[in-house]
Amino acid sequence: MKSSDVILQTATKVVFFLIFLFAIHIFFAGHYTPGGGFVGGLLTASAIVLLLLAFDLKTVSRALPFNYTIMIAIGLLLALGTASASILFDVPFFTHAYDYFDLPLFGETSLHSAMLFDLGVYLVVVGATMNIILTIGSDD
Amino acid sequence: MTNLLLFPILIPILTASVLLFFPKRIAAQRAVTVVGLVASIIAALFLLRTVMTDGVQAVTLGSWPAPFGISMVSDPLSVSLVLTSLLITLGVVVYSFRSIGEGREKYFYYPAILFMLTGINGSFTTGDIFNLFVFFEVLLLASYLLIVLGGEKRQLRESIKYILVNVVSSAFFVTTVAMLYSVVGSLNMADIAEKVTEIGQSGILTVIAVMLILVFGLKGAIFPLYFWLPGSYAAPPVPVLALFGALLTKVGVYAIIRTVTLLFPHDPGFTHELLMILAILTVIAGCIGALAYYDLKQIVIYNIIIAVGVILFGVAQMNMAGLEGAVFYLIHDMLIKAGLFMLIGVIIAITGTSNLREMGGLMKTYPGLAWTWLVAAFGLAGIPPLSGFFGKLLIVQGAFEADNLWGGIIILASSLIVLLSVIRIFIHAFWGEPMPVKGTSAGIYRGLLIPAVLVTALTVFYGVGTEWLRPLMWDAAEILHQPSIYIDAVLKE
Amino acid sequence: MEFHMIILVGILVTVAVYLLLSRNMIRIILGTAVLSHAVHLLLITMGGAGEGGVPLLRESDGPYADALPQALILTAIVISFATTAFLLVLAYRTYEESGSDNMNTIRRIDRE
Repeated sequence: MKSSDVILQTATKVVFFLIFLFAIHIFFAGHYTPGGGFVGGLLTASAIVLLLLAFDLKTVSRALPFNYTIMIAIGLLLALGTASASILFDVPFFTHAYDYFDLPLFGETSLHSAMLFDLGVYLVVVGATMNIILTIGSDD
Repeated sequence: MTNLLLFPILIPILTASVLLFFPKRIAAQRAVTVVGLVASIIAALFLLRTVMTDGVQAVTLGSWPAPFGISMVSDPLSVSLVLTSLLITLGVVVYSFRSIGEGREKYFYYPAILFMLTGINGSFTTGDIFNLFVFFEVLLLASYLLIVLGGEKRQLRESIKYILVNVVSSAFFVTTVAMLYSVVGSLNMADIAEKVTEIGQSGILTVIAVMLILVFGLKGAIFPLYFWLPGSYAAPPVPVLALFGALLTKVGVYAIIRTVTLLFPHDPGFTHELLMILAILTVIAGCIGALAYYDLKQIVIYNIIIAVGVILFGVAQMNMAGLEGAVFYLIHDMLIKAGLFMLIGVIIAITGTSNLREMGGLMKTYPGLAWTWLVAAFGLAGIPPLSGFFGKLLIVQGAFEADNLWGGIIILASSLIVLLSVIRIFIHAFWGEPMPVKGTSAGIYRGLLIPAVLVTALTVFYGVGTEWLRPLMWDAAEILHQPSIYIDAVLKE
Repeated sequence: MEFHMIILVGILVTVAVYLLLSRNMIRIILGTAVLSHAVHLLLITMGGAGEGGVPLLRESDGPYADALPQALILTAIVISFATTAFLLVLAYRTYEESGSDNMNTIRRIDRE
């Protein structure tokens, strides 16, 4: 029996991007307000799960051909690398650096190395959550 | 350099992250693991030399000042434990080349070992009590993976038990940290020690001390919290069992040692008395178990429980002899348990069974294994000049100095029972009429025996070379006895 | 305020212990989840809940709420999330191997 998912699929095609953009916003807002890498990662994972619910696994893995274990590894290396960069400067581990830069489109922004660490956390969370969900969900 | 003491934590987790990229290429996994472990051992040796010449090393993460940032502290006890765990892991990894089987190796066996090693080294090095919780959880999650890897039915049942016990214990840990934070307002162990000295150890702090002993005792398998240990440790394959038995319980024991000597030394009438009674009961319970079984794994697993009891009894004496003996015995026990488990893995690989009644006469066909087992057995029981002797001698001397005559006598009697349990294995497996055995190829036998012999040889060097190691152990015990050295190194940075 | 929170934590721990002692695997895992919720609430309460403003320099001034327990709770939540996920996958696998989620059946899973 082929269930008609027309409404769900059409809505998902719009809502997925809304959720994903909101996740990115929460990720970037994490430095000065509540948010950060973990919440952003969970929201992105929930967006991908919405795609999995509306369409099936094969379509989604063709659209987003990520190997989530490699994503975990890249996230871990990014986070550890950012934290270990302080070893090269002989300051205590995990010391962050930040400065104010004049970027062409954004004007004066402050860039902080904690953002790179949070990006690593984000990738790990997306990879781990998707791995868990795919492991349980793909058995049917 | 300021960050040297973090290298034994950073190098394993970096190696593990790199290993996640190619899980199916077994030769590359083995090579990268060994390279990472050797690099960590070199870093730990450098760290040992720095700690011996420059005193306690401390670094506070993020360049925050000391009570506010997370401090990582390396004192002689921590660095010797870190070095021992790295050496044992290298031995077990080389041992598992021939014994763990390719099925498990393809599913993140080596990354799991390295993540567990990160958690272990982090727990030994941290100076902040919530960071201790985080590293405990890193170590526990990796151990959940290792205990269930392979998916045999026995492993599934035992891992449910193991995970549930540890989840409850973690919840207790967070509760205790919450209460401790509300009383002293800080999480840094050196800062807590100072504040506890200032406000005096009132009733609530004694309750928190006992709760911490309960939490770490669940991990370290003291009486009456050890009942999960014999079932859960017997389920995974032998290399994993060797890692668990040598390293995981000792993290719990180290945490008890650190909190009882650094944070709560002010009411020894209650906390240390309780610890001593629990340690004696642990020794007695372990002795009963070691004599009761005819199964190879169970005998050595119950010997873990006896050893934990002896170490905690030494700590509970709170004099220099008892503390030094506890440190000696702790490191001896890590090494000798790894060696013993690897040797019984060889016996199980040869005979195909772990039941003592079904084997016999291996001395004729495998004399090298037999003599190595005898040396390891004597080392465990504490026959001089092998490694167990000095630790037990100092602990019993500490007991007599502190007027705990019956405790000392029970420790001495337990040595006899330990000797009986391991000699019984020797008698049944190696002497007597040869029974038909499955046998194993010469390649596998050599591949398994050589790491086991190397680790046993390491214990022999540890025993014979006690005079050289004495300054290190004495320094470690002195810091446990006078926590002000530790506090000064962290807070006056 | 703390009084109500402590009563709530006590009720949650009671529920969690009752669930942990049941026979059904999923109820045991729910029990661990409720236990971790109770412990996290305890962390908030012990850090002095509800007194002081938002701990951000430009958002408010005066006595700030203690930011440290909030970070501790985040960490503890992440850890319990990972452990619960692992337990759930393990329960699913055990259900596949033994055909039931009754702990008494799982006890005898390797004795055929």
